[in-house]
Amino acid sequence: MKDFVIPWDEKDIGTPAKSGAPVTLSIDGFEVTVPEGTSVMRAAAQAGLDIPKLCATDSVEAFGSCRLCVVEIDGRRGTPSSCTTPVAEGMVVHTQSPKVKKIRRGVMELYISDHPLDCLTCAANGDCELQDMAGAVGLRDVRYAAPEGAGIANHFEARDTSGETNRAWLPKDESNPYFTYDPSKCIVCSRCVRACEEVQGTFALTIQGRGFDSRVSAGAGFDDFLSSDCVSCGACVQACPTATLQEKSVIEKGTPARSVVTTCAYCGVGCSFKAELNGDELIRMVPWKSGAANRGHSCVKGRFAWGYANHKERILNPMIRDRIDEPWREVSWEDAIEFAATRLRGLQEKYGQKSIGVITSSRCTNEETYLVQKLTRAVFGNNNTDTCARVCHSPTGYGLGQTFGTSAGTQDFDSVEQSDIVIVIGANPTDAHPVFGSRLKKRLRAGAKLIVIDPRRTDLVKSPHIEAAHHLALRPGTNVAVVSALAHVIVTEGLYDEAFIRTRCDWDEFQQYAEFVSDPRHAPEAVEELTGVPAAEMRGAARLFANGGNGAIYYGLGVTEHSQGSTTVMGIANLAMLTGNIGRPGVGVNPLRGQNNVQGSCDMGSFPHELPGYRHVKLPEVREIFEKAWGVEIDPEPGLRIPNMLDEAVEGGFKGLYCQGEDILQSDPDTKHVAAGLAAMECVIVHDLFLNETANYAHVFLPGSSFLEKDGTFTNAERRINMVRQVMKPKNGYQDWEVTQLLANAMGGDWTYTHPREIMAEIAATTPSFAGVTYDLIDARGSVQWPCNDDSPDGTPLMHVDGFMRGKGRFMITDYIATEEKTGPRFPLLLTTGRILSQYNVGAQTRRTENSIWHEEDLLEIHPHDAEVRGLNEGDWVRLASRSGETTLRAHLTDRVTPGVVYTTFHHPDTQANVVTTEHSDWATNCPEYKVTAVQVSASNGPSDWQEDYAEQARKARRILPAAE
Amino acid sequence: MAPEKMVMMANQIAGFFHTQPGDDQAAKVADHLNDFWAPKMRGQLIDHVEAGGAGLDPLVIEAIGMVRQPA
Repeated sequence: MKDFVIPWDEKDIGTPAKSGAPVTLSIDGFEVTVPEGTSVMRAAAQAGLDIPKLCATDSVEAFGSCRLCVVEIDGRRGTPSSCTTPVAEGMVVHTQSPKVKKIRRGVMELYISDHPLDCLTCAANGDCELQDMAGAVGLRDVRYAAPEGAGIANHFEARDTSGETNRAWLPKDESNPYFTYDPSKCIVCSRCVRACEEVQGTFALTIQGRGFDSRVSAGAGFDDFLSSDCVSCGACVQACPTATLQEKSVIEKGTPARSVVTTCAYCGVGCSFKAELNGDELIRMVPWKSGAANRGHSCVKGRFAWGYANHKERILNPMIRDRIDEPWREVSWEDAIEFAATRLRGLQEKYGQKSIGVITSSRCTNEETYLVQKLTRAVFGNNNTDTCARVCHSPTGYGLGQTFGTSAGTQDFDSVEQSDIVIVIGANPTDAHPVFGSRLKKRLRAGAKLIVIDPRRTDLVKSPHIEAAHHLALRPGTNVAVVSALAHVIVTEGLYDEAFIRTRCDWDEFQQYAEFVSDPRHAPEAVEELTGVPAAEMRGAARLFANGGNGAIYYGLGVTEHSQGSTTVMGIANLAMLTGNIGRPGVGVNPLRGQNNVQGSCDMGSFPHELPGYRHVKLPEVREIFEKAWGVEIDPEPGLRIPNMLDEAVEGGFKGLYCQGEDILQSDPDTKHVAAGLAAMECVIVHDLFLNETANYAHVFLPGSSFLEKDGTFTNAERRINMVRQVMKPKNGYQDWEVTQLLANAMGGDWTYTHPREIMAEIAATTPSFAGVTYDLIDARGSVQWPCNDDSPDGTPLMHVDGFMRGKGRFMITDYIATEEKTGPRFPLLLTTGRILSQYNVGAQTRRTENSIWHEEDLLEIHPHDAEVRGLNEGDWVRLASRSGETTLRAHLTDRVTPGVVYTTFHHPDTQANVVTTEHSDWATNCPEYKVTAVQVSASNGPSDWQEDYAEQARKARRILPAAE
Repeated sequence: MAPEKMVMMANQIAGFFHTQPGDDQAAKVADHLNDFWAPKMRGQLIDHVEAGGAGLDPLVIEAIGMVRQPA
């Protein structure tokens, strides 16, 4: 069973794993059995017989350039490199013959003759493979030196003793904010170049020149690392055996002495990292090779952008104020909790039990989220709990619930390695889910085909060694029409998988669906004008998907954040069922979750209509479980969703909110409406690391703890429950679950948790899909994918293998209904929004790191044609207006967007892209329609009145009174 | 909630169930409202229908008898 025993030993065994029939050979007299295709080097390492190496590392394929790993093999001539020699049955290998030992020492002597001997002051001292190998081969002497008077022949001395310049010496490249490239220490092993190609797939690095002139080079000759295509994922730094590519944090602080495996707190990929520290000082985050989501890879956010945890703007003391126009007053935890509890109870007495609620966070742990929804259900006595998943993947919950029976991606990320044809719709994984993006690109380079459905030409459409077979550049808001057109082709051309449908789905519902979708009004030709996608492209894409082998669909918020978001999710599920692409590796329906714990926060009962495990509050048998566990009566009526809370607040019926780890003012649509709702409340409690935008309207600020400071679990987009481990103590004094418990107990909760493992035990006891989950199990296995219970004690990598969660798969009729948000003479363009690689969500974390070097402001992408008719040039300030509001930002002219479509990100509060977005939302879930806003763009002189007023209000709202003497 | 917004949300739900097969669309609209709308919102909708139901899709009006009255 895969990963049943976690290889806690992270030793680099030289070349990647292979799968194949067992092959037995002899290495230094020991019998070793390994899969066919394995290298001699790997086989030897697995037997504990490490062969010296420099250019080999097990994250990339063998290269055979350093010649340090040579061996002798009986019956073969010469001394082959063990990294490039596959094992063979009966092979007899000698790793330490006098001949190979002599060769290795000679090779090392040559390497060292062109390497500075400043080991004691080198940043890689103690963490350098060159140093280790010099020791391993017993190098004792370096005989090579330039003849007298012949000038310098090395790469590491800037000048000779006479002061003459060494033209082969290159200065350190310190342009990247997180790592340096020091050419003088480079041994040109190509590990960085290969990691950039094979692992990351960016192809930013190359070896320039030949022979003695060979140098690692980022981009073209005039580039440095920052100006090149480098995306700062860290794969090259990870692969480098010397100090050539070195984290700046290690250079500044020294090599780390201890490490803790934990889980990244950025996107829904949920990468495992080793936090490497000295004491409680974090030195670096290194991707964990055994992490089942990331398999040793990382992106610029998880690998490097953790400095926010120590940022000077982090708030460490609780603060309160009576009114939001007053400055904050720092108080003790006791006083802050007492103030909050008294106010909330007072509001309930005055305005009713349902006048207060909570928002749980997809950035917090499962345990923290569980407690926040428990707070409202068991202590406040209502179901007014919602989560930021409302504004991202709530349609996934509804759509997949209706069709398959549960809200979850069907696959693990490893599945993509077996896909033949992949549809990516409304997602931009190379920016928003970078590690999955790299894994997908790797599979595409190996031959899988790709269909991209997106209004923008994302990087996946065409980038080095990747090209989509079809890019359906649809008009924003027409997803349902395109998905139904694809289904139309599959059904009318008889390309569907009848055997699968007959056995796995409801045949009557399929026939109704087939009749619906066969109607000529769904034909690609009929919707060509509406969608803007050529009919031939749609037909080609449908045929490719239906006939192309294992077909997988990955989707993101470009699907869900529409007035028909839930309908599109159902349409996607229909496509997968039609083509029989459910229930085995390489296929499936895979929502790419935006934040680290979107899946978990939904699982934990954050939604106002359902208790943990997606069970509706109306069901008495479900309520009974929790009523017994909590000793309270649970309201059988659904509570308020976030937009409903704000509406109710404006009307005066919703008065108090506890908002954990979520910045609704910046991230939710129609900022003015959100601000009005918050301003109408009498007790807003913000629990966060920073004084975020929502805190401008708060009366209580409870300092949060970072993911480095807490224990708990995150559940990623694969339903994988990963452990978050405390690597340092909370700088604010409490982990977030402890703060929620303090508040609950101040309101009579009587909670007695002493560790998050006890909270998980309560989750397991009440929620069938988590019944088998314990911290011990996760510790032993590294991670576990739910459902994990008596039926599947080891978890469930693939869902719906033998049958759907709901029994038979259900085809849903998905008719296209145009959004109310329409372009017209006043607002002729369509705005769509998204993310960029270096920033994350509202930017609260990444803006407080060096990542801002890549993206210091939100830009408006506009097609050159649309710009020209408006007289706009690159970099101009432009006014972006919708019927909700207006803002200003700078224009970036690009043909990535089609004429008629503009695009921006929402990472910066001073842009406030959401001033422009509307209150339109998904019909089923009220997920906001971020992706379609009718706008006008025109020239501008600078910030709008709203932006200036907002900045002034924010400045005043953030004032903190000096602590009393 | 502003009445126009409530009417739009209810009509969106009706819009979806109009497209669904069977003859129980009104019941499905009512189920959806019962499952996802908080009691106060349902009460507002019921009041709006009783006041004439201006702007509402006829399917919502048909469904309203099956919408649970808030306690």
